[in-house]
Formats: sequence, structure tokens, C-alpha cells
Amino acid sequence: MSAQRAAKKHHHLERRVWTSDVIALNALGYVLIGVFALLCLFPFYLIIVGSFTPENSLIREGYPILPRAFDLSSYALCLKNPESVLIAYANTIGVTAVGTLVAVFLATMTGYVLSRQDFPYRNGFSFFFFFTTLFSGGLVPWYMMCTRYLGLKNSYFGLILPLCFSVWNTIIAKSFMSGLPAAITESAKIDGANDFEIYVKLILPLCKPLIATLSLFSALAYWNDWYNCMLFVTNENMFNLQYYLQRMLGSAQAMRMVAEKSGMALPSVPLEGMKMAMTVIATGPIVLLYPFVQRYFVKGLTIGAVKG
Amino acid sequence: MKKSTNAAAADLRAAPRRRSILHTIRKHWILFLMLLPAVAYVLVFCYAPMTGIVLAFKRYQHAGGIYGSPWVGLANFKFLMVSNKLGMATVNTILYNIAFILLGVVFEMGSAILLNELFSKKFKKVAQTFMFLPYFISWVVAGAIIYNIFNFERGVFNNVLTGMGLEPFDLYNTPQAWPFVLIFLKLWKGTGYGSVVYLAAITGLDQEMFEAATIDGANVWQRIRHITIPSLIPTMMILVLLAVGNIFRGDFGLFYQTVKSSALLQPTTEIIDTYVFKLLINDGNIGVSAAAGLYQSVLCFITINVCNWLVKRVQPDYALY
Repeated sequence: MSAQRAAKKHHHLERRVWTSDVIALNALGYVLIGVFALLCLFPFYLIIVGSFTPENSLIREGYPILPRAFDLSSYALCLKNPESVLIAYANTIGVTAVGTLVAVFLATMTGYVLSRQDFPYRNGFSFFFFFTTLFSGGLVPWYMMCTRYLGLKNSYFGLILPLCFSVWNTIIAKSFMSGLPAAITESAKIDGANDFEIYVKLILPLCKPLIATLSLFSALAYWNDWYNCMLFVTNENMFNLQYYLQRMLGSAQAMRMVAEKSGMALPSVPLEGMKMAMTVIATGPIVLLYPFVQRYFVKGLTIGAVKG
Repeated sequence: MKKSTNAAAADLRAAPRRRSILHTIRKHWILFLMLLPAVAYVLVFCYAPMTGIVLAFKRYQHAGGIYGSPWVGLANFKFLMVSNKLGMATVNTILYNIAFILLGVVFEMGSAILLNELFSKKFKKVAQTFMFLPYFISWVVAGAIIYNIFNFERGVFNNVLTGMGLEPFDLYNTPQAWPFVLIFLKLWKGTGYGSVVYLAAITGLDQEMFEAATIDGANVWQRIRHITIPSLIPTMMILVLLAVGNIFRGDFGLFYQTVKSSALLQPTTEIIDTYVFKLLINDGNIGVSAAAGLYQSVLCFITINVCNWLVKRVQPDYALY
């Protein structure tokens, strides 16, 4: 079936004709897409070039467009006082790993139950979840709940819990799993498996594109989180990478303190370069994740309405 | 006649069903158990805070907490009316979101259609990877990029301007320039991701439709106009409906990390979310902040329901719920 379709597609491609309208559209496409793609890349290039430029050059001539030098002193300084950077790194990695695991587990397990046609209350529960996207108490009651009643202030739970359940991820999981044949669940039930076993042993192995997509979403949300850290964390040993970077960008004061601690003379402290180096350090790993999940992405991303 | 028998049959079926809730729970208890964590989460983090809405009508005192603080009636709302900043923030939020929605659809759909028509699959793949990159960064990093480009003394933009012998440009003293910067930044960050959603929809289309159209003499523009775009409408409707429903909710990170808290830029950059946040964190004015948040939630709730109702009347297939 799929081989047949592939052959057909191949045939179709071969027959594609270079008529003037096709050429015009392709010319337009290459120019517009090419320019936009380069625009998307350009700021990353600027940051990287800036991070390799020596501080005195940055102070004198500003951030460069063309590379002026290949100087690692900004990175060296970022890593010279490594405890705080390393702690932030460890916090981000730990929270991202635990949080992603919990988030994917919750979304797929909930999505599976809601996708079961023989579960009588699935529509009621679906709406129970969906309603929270329509109406919320707002920032203040949520914040009070988290800080006053749940004690999330200066707790790793404050970094994990706010992002570990997403109604949208659950809806994506539900619509993906609704596409799986119901016979899998039915025959396993006849064989005596319980619902949780079916979910873990039979359904999850069929959901690799879904799991890849949800993992990417969750990992991105955790890795890029600064908001919850800003709201809940005042203990410097619990800062995550993005919040660390935010504070670094925000105040030259904090940077000077870092520099003093590491014993650099003030005038030569690469404040400007360090901001860029830290940006690279805080961004790197998550961008590298993309190629690994790219091939699953389109397959796993099914937009489904809530009904049905 | 037939109708009434059907109704009677339904009644007969409904009666035992009502009695059998316990039976259902016993039969499906593992499924209920599997739902329990998510249900508990939503109860604690979404439904319980809804009761905290009462804060909007109270003067918060630490000792009393949410439920023990004294009532003040509509005083918090009156405070918001008098300061008048909420009105400005509301207008900004709506205008920004309208721009984001309209340009977002054009950019995302446009690039999906163009990407789909490109001959070189390799170029398509590389371009898509580049376009996707901004989606992966946090708003903090986006803030670093704005700093790199628009910093008055050292930014790349001013380096280019002064290099050409022009006057340097101070973005942080030019409120009217911010809408352009913020809209560009939003499109820069979101187009790659959005186009994948549309591209997935295009890939799912039946190729034979296009072949048939070609055989009938349709050129590529006509195929896009009459086949591709109409078949993307359902996807677009879902995305636009969701966005319109959230038209009173701004992208906090975008505004907070780029604008920071500059009073000078407030007229063009303050949105409801940053206003609520500042009231809570900077001013510690919990009651007023809760009131502004409630105002936003209620507006959102009304909009999404009205939108969904309208869409349901015109084309039920596109409705969200």
C-alpha cells in the first residue's frame, strides 16, 4: 500500500512540468523562504560572533557584524566562576529531565483513558480538563495557592509542578491515540490484561511519534522556563539557567560581583562579551535536541478539536 | 409513533444507567485511577484557585489569607478605573494580538504553501530547520538578541547606522518603534512552528486532486487558490479561533523580557499581563492585581464563548466545542 503510494508519488514528480507559472512560483519561493530562513538564523550568528569578540573591542566598537577575532575569554570568565553556572545547569537539567518524564507520562496516560470509546465518562472528563483553558482565576489566586498553601517558594516542586500537566498535550495525546485500532485494547482485555498494562505494554510502544513530540514540547517548556523561577525562587543555589541569564543581562552589577569573586580586575572584565557567551551556553543543548526529534515531529503533531 | 417508542426505549435504557454509576466505577476502576493524577492536578492548580477570585473584592491581609481578609466591595475595581492604566493596557493587548493573528496566518500559511511547492527537497529541509530555530529559544535569549542589536551604545543596528554616517537610533527612547520590533520578534519566533502545522495539513491532502486540476489546465496559482488554501481553512479556523479567544491575554515573556520595566515605553508596550504582574510583584497590591486578573479572565471567557457560538452557527464543523 505505502510502496504503491510512493511509486505513484515518484511518477507524479517525474511528470512535473517546468511551465512558466511553476518556475515563477519557485523563484518567488526560493527568494522569500531563503531570505526569511537567513533572517531566522542571523541573530544567532550575531550572538555567537559577539561572544567570541574581546571585551575591549566590544567597548570600543560595539557588537560586530563580521567576526573581528576568535577570543575565548568571555567563555573562560563564564566558566571561571563555574559553581553558579554549573549549579544553574544542573538545576535546569534535573528539572527538565524529571519534569519531562512526569509531563509525558501524565499526558499520555490521561489521553489514553479519554480516547477509550468504552469509557462512559470520557466526554465529561474531557470537558472538565478543557474548561480550565477557557476560564482561570488569573495570576494572583494561582500564585497565592502555590506560595501560601502549597509551599512552592524555594522548592524544586515550584519549578516542576507548574509545567507538568498541559491540557493541550493531553488533547494531542488523545487525538493521536484515537487513531489507534480499538481492537488492540479489546483483544488484550480478552487475554486478561488490565487497562494500565495495556497502556504501558501495548499502547505506548505504538506512540513513538507522539512521545517524541510531547517530550520535545515539555523539555522546551522546562529548559526555557524563567517565569516560575522568577516567581518562586530567591535562593541562588536553585536558580535555573534562563533565570541566571536573565539576571546577568539585567544588571551589570551582578556581573561585577561574579567578576570580583573570580579575581578579575574590573576594567578588563568582559561584561558585554560574557552576556553573549552566557546566552550561547544557556541555549546550546536544547537547540541540539531538535534534529533528533525532527523526523517524528510532523507525524506526532495532530491538531484535534476537543469534541469527538 | 416511532418517535415515542424511541423515547420510551431511551427512558428504559437511561433508568438502569443511572443506577449503575457504581457498577461503572467498579468495572473501570483502573481507568479512573489512571485519570486521578491529572484530575487532582487540575483541581489543585486550576479549580481551587478559581475560588481565590474573591480576592478581587477584598483587601488582602497576610494573617487572614485569601478567605479571612476583609471585604472591600468594588474598591479594587474603582482603583483600576481611576488609574486608567488598565484601559490603555487592554487596548494595547487587543491591537498587538490582532496584528499577531493576521500577520501570523499570512506568514505561516504563506511559508507552508511556498515550502510545499519548492522543487529542491534539500533546500526545503534546511530552510525549515533554520526557520524552526527561533522556536527553541526562551524569551530571555530573545531579550539578549534585542540587546545585541538595539543597545544604544554597542548595538549592531547603531553600528551600521553610524558606519553609514547616520544618527544613532535610541529604541529605548522611542515608544512608537516598539510595535514593529515586537511584531517582528513574534513572527520571527513563531512562523517556523506555525508553518509546520499547516504543512502537515497540506501533506495530508489527496495528491490526485492536484493532478486532476493540472490535467484540467489549472496553473499553479489557481491550484493554490482553489485547492490548497480552501483545504487549509479548517486548520486556520481552529488556530484563529483559539487565538481570538485569547485576545485579551498577552504573551507575557515577549513583553517582559524585551521591554523590561521602562515607564517611558508603557504607552505602547504595557499589556494586561505585564500590568497585573507589576501590580502583584512590584507594588504588592494583591487585591487590585486580582481584580485586574479577574477582569481579564472574564473578558477571555466571554470572547471565546461568543466566537465559538458564532462559528458554530456559521459552520459547525469548525467549532471548538
